[in-house]
Amino acid sequence: MSTFTAPTVPVETREHYLNADYGVRSWLLTVDHKRIALLYLASITLFFFLGGFFAVLIRLELLTPQGDMVQSETYNKMFTMHGIIMIIFFLIPAIPAVLGNFLVPLMVGATDLAFPRINLLSWYIYILGGIISLTSIVVGGVDTGWTFYTPYSSTYSNSYVITAGLGIFVAGFSSILTGLNFIVTIHKMRAPGLTWFRLPLFIWAHYATALIQMLATPVLAITIVLLALERGFHIGIFDPALGGDPVLFQHLFWFYSHPAVYIMILPGMGIISELISCFSRKYVFGYHFIAFSSLGIAVLGFLVWGHHLFVSGQSAYAGLIFSVLSFLVAIPSAIKVFNWTATLYKGSISYQAPMLYAFGFIGLFAIGGLTGLFLAALGLDVHVHDTYFVVAHFHYIMVGGTVMAYLGGMHFWWPKITGRMYPEGWARFSALVIFLGFNLTFLPQFVLGYLGMPRRYHAYPPEFQVLNVMSTAGASILGVGYLIPMIYFFWSLKYGALAGPNPWGATGLEWRTSSPPPTENFKQTPVVTEEPYEYSIREIKVV
Amino acid sequence: MFSGFPLFPEQASSFAADVDNLYFFLLAITAFFSTLIAGLVIYFAIRYRRRSEVELPEPITGSTKLETLWTVIPAIIVMVIFSWGAKVFLSLHRAPSDATPIYVVGKQWMWKLQHLEGQREINELHVPVGRSVKLIMSSEDVIHSFYIPAFRVKADVLPGRYTSIWFRAIKPGEYHLFCAEYCGTKHSGMIGKVVAMEPTAYETWLAGGPRDQSMTARGQSLFQNFSCNTCHRSDGQGRGPVLEGIFGKTIALQTGQKVIVDDNYLRESILAPASKVLAGYQPVMPAFQGLVNEEALAQLLAYIKSLAPQAATLPASTPMTPAPESERQKSKP
Amino acid sequence: MSDTPSAAHPAHLAHHFDTVEQQRESSSLGMWVFLAQEVMFFGGLFLAYLVYRSSYPAAFAEASHHLDVVLGGINTVILIASSLTMALAVYYAQTGKRNLLVLFLLATMLLGLAFLGIKAVEYHHKYVDKLIPGVAFSYPGPNAQHAQLFFSLYFAMTGMHALHMIIGFGLLIWLVNDARKGRFTPEYHSHIEIFGLYWHFVDIVWIFLFPLLYLIGLHDAAGGGH
Repeated sequence: MSTFTAPTVPVETREHYLNADYGVRSWLLTVDHKRIALLYLASITLFFFLGGFFAVLIRLELLTPQGDMVQSETYNKMFTMHGIIMIIFFLIPAIPAVLGNFLVPLMVGATDLAFPRINLLSWYIYILGGIISLTSIVVGGVDTGWTFYTPYSSTYSNSYVITAGLGIFVAGFSSILTGLNFIVTIHKMRAPGLTWFRLPLFIWAHYATALIQMLATPVLAITIVLLALERGFHIGIFDPALGGDPVLFQHLFWFYSHPAVYIMILPGMGIISELISCFSRKYVFGYHFIAFSSLGIAVLGFLVWGHHLFVSGQSAYAGLIFSVLSFLVAIPSAIKVFNWTATLYKGSISYQAPMLYAFGFIGLFAIGGLTGLFLAALGLDVHVHDTYFVVAHFHYIMVGGTVMAYLGGMHFWWPKITGRMYPEGWARFSALVIFLGFNLTFLPQFVLGYLGMPRRYHAYPPEFQVLNVMSTAGASILGVGYLIPMIYFFWSLKYGALAGPNPWGATGLEWRTSSPPPTENFKQTPVVTEEPYEYSIREIKVV
Repeated sequence: MFSGFPLFPEQASSFAADVDNLYFFLLAITAFFSTLIAGLVIYFAIRYRRRSEVELPEPITGSTKLETLWTVIPAIIVMVIFSWGAKVFLSLHRAPSDATPIYVVGKQWMWKLQHLEGQREINELHVPVGRSVKLIMSSEDVIHSFYIPAFRVKADVLPGRYTSIWFRAIKPGEYHLFCAEYCGTKHSGMIGKVVAMEPTAYETWLAGGPRDQSMTARGQSLFQNFSCNTCHRSDGQGRGPVLEGIFGKTIALQTGQKVIVDDNYLRESILAPASKVLAGYQPVMPAFQGLVNEEALAQLLAYIKSLAPQAATLPASTPMTPAPESERQKSKP
Repeated sequence: MSDTPSAAHPAHLAHHFDTVEQQRESSSLGMWVFLAQEVMFFGGLFLAYLVYRSSYPAAFAEASHHLDVVLGGINTVILIASSLTMALAVYYAQTGKRNLLVLFLLATMLLGLAFLGIKAVEYHHKYVDKLIPGVAFSYPGPNAQHAQLFFSLYFAMTGMHALHMIIGFGLLIWLVNDARKGRFTPEYHSHIEIFGLYWHFVDIVWIFLFPLLYLIGLHDAAGGGH
């Protein structure tokens, strides 16, 4: 276990970005990327717990086979809102807008992102989108599923489709602007000596993510516009009664929503590279391969959307092509997993909470990714499409992957962000609780799916009850696991041990400045002369 | 296996075992690789745990050989899985030509089924064991999906278009039928059962109980009631093409495009005939959108498909062209 | 870091950039990336157009004949001219000719306004002819349903384009204002340049829209058909 010495100058008397200015205006009108990151942190945490609340309701209803807790319409709204909030307002922004915003300028040795005011605008747009979506919940909710398939959403649903769609439309621009900022910053604002292949893999991951954000999100935007026009004016574009094609909506929708899942996982993978190398004190094995695999995932990710449409009436030829491509996109992810594992070989491994989250990520992402192969296989997908098998698959990646990576990253960079350490014992305990609760929640769902239980079912045949009860039991444990860090992170703000500039002995420019950093990030622009992750070359002192 | 705790549904169709075998293969791959990764992670984490604050591990940056190895081997494995999955899929996809058609209409929130012999069912489907059955399906409203887990088949049921699945039940029993595409309030109530019966029991069931005329007979009445027969004459003298034997043929449209006369072409030609007009004919057929419901449409299709080419009036070598204008009689509207 | 402007640190250099060069390159790259995103945005509409036109070519051709090729053609010329005036505005910004810069920005605005005016006239014609999709849509012949699809796409695509022009027009007001105040110099005029990029992009979108919407099967209508 590494020890650290408290800095000689207490946090409170030194000026840094948190105490540089006080007052609500200094926060709401800030252009400091670090403060904006914290604005995002507060909002996405709220959305995470709101989405989680809907998840709790869903799992409670599914304890019994009958739909007896709420009415069907309410249940349908619950899973819709769970999906929209978790995907659009938590998973898509979380790592890029919190950790990315905070760290990208620091990691490239810059003072801020390329467009600080656009960064703030991005947060306001996100909040506006959130308010509109919350409004849609308050006035009655939307019940189309987060996928909004037509013609149910365009013609038949009696819920607030356009309002919810508008919220998502607006939030999309937040994602686009964040992506734009990252791309320009990474291209143009790297410190002297920081060539592309000296960049941390966190940056490569966010660069690839930003490319997807820029190029995929606008397609979702125009799809929502068309859906709103259809619903409002009955223009016929998705309505077969008017000559339109409802499956065209699915193509347009998934053209964004498949790359979107790579927006959700790539940043997490970037975090894992940082954690694995720091806590094994080693070069990341296969740096170039991991960097290029991020780009490969971004490119291939645009070519596979049709695997969501294997049973939609799409032609068999299209199915074959999308199936092949979907298998190909698995390979770069596999390469990453092998490289992370190889990084551990002959390392010097310690087990702080961030590393435990990284271990959990590797295992759970491996399972989640491998179950994706089941879905890419055409003959098998026919059986498991739209069942709980799919639900289990994506929760393994999104929750077992992204959320674990996010928590690992929050723990790792907490001292940099706040100047405080979190309590290590509680952190390890909750990592374990989360890991166990997660598996108990979602492993039974693979079985449920293969047995044939469809998704989005309010009531189900009694023979599925045992597995559903197991899943709900796991969810309650998982929920507790998420609450514990909320408590101790808040606690640490006042009572946590003070952190120095580099409590982990990590490489990376962000650790060369104080914790928390000054507003301008670096007293002097750093000059980079080393390769990344040079743990083995010299001793990197914990300070 | 674990009789009290099933891990997969009964294998009740001819290809269920094929699907399950692919599943088991994938389970094995998943188990192997996740155990391998987890095992390595745990092993390395313990074996290489930090023993001293000052230890500096070996500066290993990578290995092109290993990268090649763990790129090529997964690539080969996934291509094997792809091929296997594609093979299973194509057998699910192509119905045998002798499959008995049954017409399915999905609507919020029930399934309506019509047997050719006239039997109608709601939320239940009786099928004979050992015979191929092809379901020709459409929706009256939103997108649904017809899913029989025990048969390992599923296809979305769309408004405005026909989709189909086929299966051959291999053991008698009752099996779940689920709607598997979210379709609104009672989506989870849009369930039923598929009853597979031994052939003799099935024939008994078909013969017994209240039943309409056969679909072909009903289709023929509709054909006459809607005056289709005034333009679509068997002797080729009408303003519309001869329909005998047309199903399954490849025809040329006015635009030069070639299409196969399948269920969807027939459907479109009834509901919106101006879209794809046969070469040499005028787009004068009225559109029946809104005038025929899904069940009537299915009956018309069943009738048209039953029209075998008559050798006497239409030589097999005759191309699909109209008789000269002067010879064609003007039909009453 | 000093707050007073100097030769090394001119007033227009934002605090987070090291050099003017870096700032200029960043804003330029930012606009290019933004335009790539815009291509994807319009791309969705082009995809829908592609799908339906290939499904119903005859209906689309017939519906296209209801559009006014003359007005559309004039609009095309107007927009290309406005790209010329914009390019000249950029040139005069680069060469420090403030009055000419303002003049050509105003000319661009005028041409843009003319475009929008003609578009409004066209939309009005469609309203009068009951060709606006929705409950009031009325179209003779058997292709009515598919013609409505054409018009839906027509309004969606030209409407989106017009929206982008309106936004551009608003930005031009701001730029003219700044230009008149002498804010742009040969050393610093990146706002003019990147707006020029945006304006040219909007022009290029129209250059695709015009033939795809207005010129379908025109040779048939003129009598040279199949």
